[in-house]
Amino acid sequence: MNATIWSLSAIVAVAAVTFLLGYVGSRKANTTPDFLVARRAIPATRNAAAISGEYLSAASFLGVAGLVLKDGIDALWYPIGFTAGYLALLLFVAAPLRRSGAYTLPDFAEARLGSVNVRHFSTFFVVCIGVLYLVPQLQSAGLTLTTITGLPAWFGGLIVTVIVVINVLGGGMRAITLVQAFQYWGKLFAIAAPTFVLFVVFLASPHRGTQPISDDGVIRFPQAESITVAEQVIKVRVDEPLTLKVHGEIDGRAANGPVFWGRGVYELSPGTVMEFPAGSPVPVVEGSPTNNYDWTRPQTGGISDLLKTYSLIFATFLGTMGLPHVLVRFYTNPDGKAARRTALHVLYLLGLFYIFPTVLGVLSRLYLPQLLVNGKTDAAVLMLPETMVPNIGGQILGAIVAAGAFAAFLSTSSGLVVSVAGVVSTDIMPGKVRDFRWATVFTGLVAIGLALLLPRSDASLTVAMSFALAASTFCPLLVLGIWWRGLTWVGAVCGLVVGGGMVITAQVISVVSSYTGHWAPTVFTQPALITVPIAFMTMIVVSKATRRRAPADVNQILLRLHAPDPLGFIRDRDIARFGTAEEKARMADDKRRGASRTR
Amino acid sequence: MSRHDAGKPEQAAREAWLGEQARKPRRRRVVLADSTKSRGKALRTIIELEEQTSVGEKLVRDLIKQQLRSAFGLAFAVLIGMCLLPITFFMFPQISDLKILGIPIPWLVLGLAPFPILYGVGWMFRRQAERHERDFVNMVDR
Repeated sequence: MNATIWSLSAIVAVAAVTFLLGYVGSRKANTTPDFLVARRAIPATRNAAAISGEYLSAASFLGVAGLVLKDGIDALWYPIGFTAGYLALLLFVAAPLRRSGAYTLPDFAEARLGSVNVRHFSTFFVVCIGVLYLVPQLQSAGLTLTTITGLPAWFGGLIVTVIVVINVLGGGMRAITLVQAFQYWGKLFAIAAPTFVLFVVFLASPHRGTQPISDDGVIRFPQAESITVAEQVIKVRVDEPLTLKVHGEIDGRAANGPVFWGRGVYELSPGTVMEFPAGSPVPVVEGSPTNNYDWTRPQTGGISDLLKTYSLIFATFLGTMGLPHVLVRFYTNPDGKAARRTALHVLYLLGLFYIFPTVLGVLSRLYLPQLLVNGKTDAAVLMLPETMVPNIGGQILGAIVAAGAFAAFLSTSSGLVVSVAGVVSTDIMPGKVRDFRWATVFTGLVAIGLALLLPRSDASLTVAMSFALAASTFCPLLVLGIWWRGLTWVGAVCGLVVGGGMVITAQVISVVSSYTGHWAPTVFTQPALITVPIAFMTMIVVSKATRRRAPADVNQILLRLHAPDPLGFIRDRDIARFGTAEEKARMADDKRRGASRTR
Repeated sequence: MSRHDAGKPEQAAREAWLGEQARKPRRRRVVLADSTKSRGKALRTIIELEEQTSVGEKLVRDLIKQQLRSAFGLAFAVLIGMCLLPITFFMFPQISDLKILGIPIPWLVLGLAPFPILYGVGWMFRRQAERHERDFVNMVDR
């Protein structure tokens, strides 16, 4: 009970600071460029902290440690890929994208290819990716609040949605920049401090961890444990025979009392209660290594796991540059050089952060084996402090972690809401500040609705899916658009439809198969290895076939994208469309001054 | 549907964004109140760039090619490095038995090493890209 009070007050504190910073940031926000791109005046280091704060979502804060707990060393490819994505963004996209002067991703597509059609298709996929990314954030927020306070799952998602929508209504991008930058440092502290403390506790504990490990590396419960299956059916694999008490249903048949489990896979219905005696081997949720030997060794799952790893590398390396909520933050840089500096700084901030979830994941393998049975490994980071330090210290650490997780939901969700609302308001509505506010409310409603309707899966996996979608749609559009003169709008649209269509189909198939007995091969859950090259090929081939549709002014456009900033070619399209006469004059004036600055 | 169907207003906005020089190549006179002799020279090159005369176009093409070469070179190095790791672990599982300070080498290689390397590569790219841009500006502004 005490722990609940500590955690709740930490969460309330985070929410209060979020509101406060949002209010400070939005006091001077009143024009469309303010709401869309914060007037493009964010210094590089603050922007980098804001990007990292937005990017380190629930998937990173809770999911990475959970996957390490479950899948072991192969899960380390997630943080590597999440970071390497920024390298790709820095190399291919950052500076030219900023120099295009666009204010949303669809706007860039139109600016580069000179077609309204490609703009509409881009809008569709921005909304798709945004919502696909937003839903797991809200669902994880529900999980977090349920884990630490026992409140119902819909409550957490609703709270996050309300806070984010109110903040964004106040000042759009202007409001959330400071909030996100603060939340990066908050999250870093919230994961680093517990990691240091718990690691010291681990080193100081008499037998280095509490669980007896047998020679073949099978994990065992240190004490008797009772586990209840939550709302979804789970499948567990048993490697070493064991006896336990079950009340509920196994493989669809009722069971009540002691049961013997030999090697094999067992299906447990919702509501089933399992009671394991102390020292009993731990059954592990199907699809993850069952003993520590496989868990510590990379690539023990055979060829299909190897392909899955490659697919993940592909999706995250190339997908980051297509995430609309990440890109929209790059438009807020003053110029192309600052965009490059921002991306580099993000690499440093992310590398600093990702060391800690790995350590926490390894520690939770020793202390929280019960999570392996029901597969709710996302809760590992939240439960670890109190399990390892069962006193007031553990409760305070737990409160810090809970506050960090809550900050992760808030910052990522606000970035997503701003980017989706920006696109919806400028492409579907006239793009006034009032439209932006309506679009924000609308986005919030759709997201929370879907979060409550759709079944929950691991945050990292759903997020990996939106990476695959981004890598197969916007990555080819951006890379070819920035570096290749030959891209036409017909080619771009075909590539978007083929790449995006394949990923969405794969997603639907894998969801259907997860309900009807897991028959789909792993390529459907992680399709990037196939879909990205196909999307690139489609764009190139169709563009070659429709060569005369290439914009006549392609040389001027590429000059604008690549010319160094001091030459003064940047023209901000948001000011050209929404700015006042005065701002337009200033833009023309800046250009002239920029030209004289080359001296 | 061709891009000419897109409608007049949009075309007008596009021309505003691209700048009028792109439309009417040789009619433009540039008058600057504070112009000096040497600045006139730099401006002429900039106008040459915008008008896409053969010289200007060549300059821009060279710049883009240089930047692309840097980016592709580094990206391929990183991607190949990353892609070699899983297959190496797959082919030689005994690597896991080697330990430094009690931690198996693959855990260090995947958990710690990539982050400084990625930052280092990013730093190199930023230096190269800015050098190319500086050279370009100096060439324009000779």
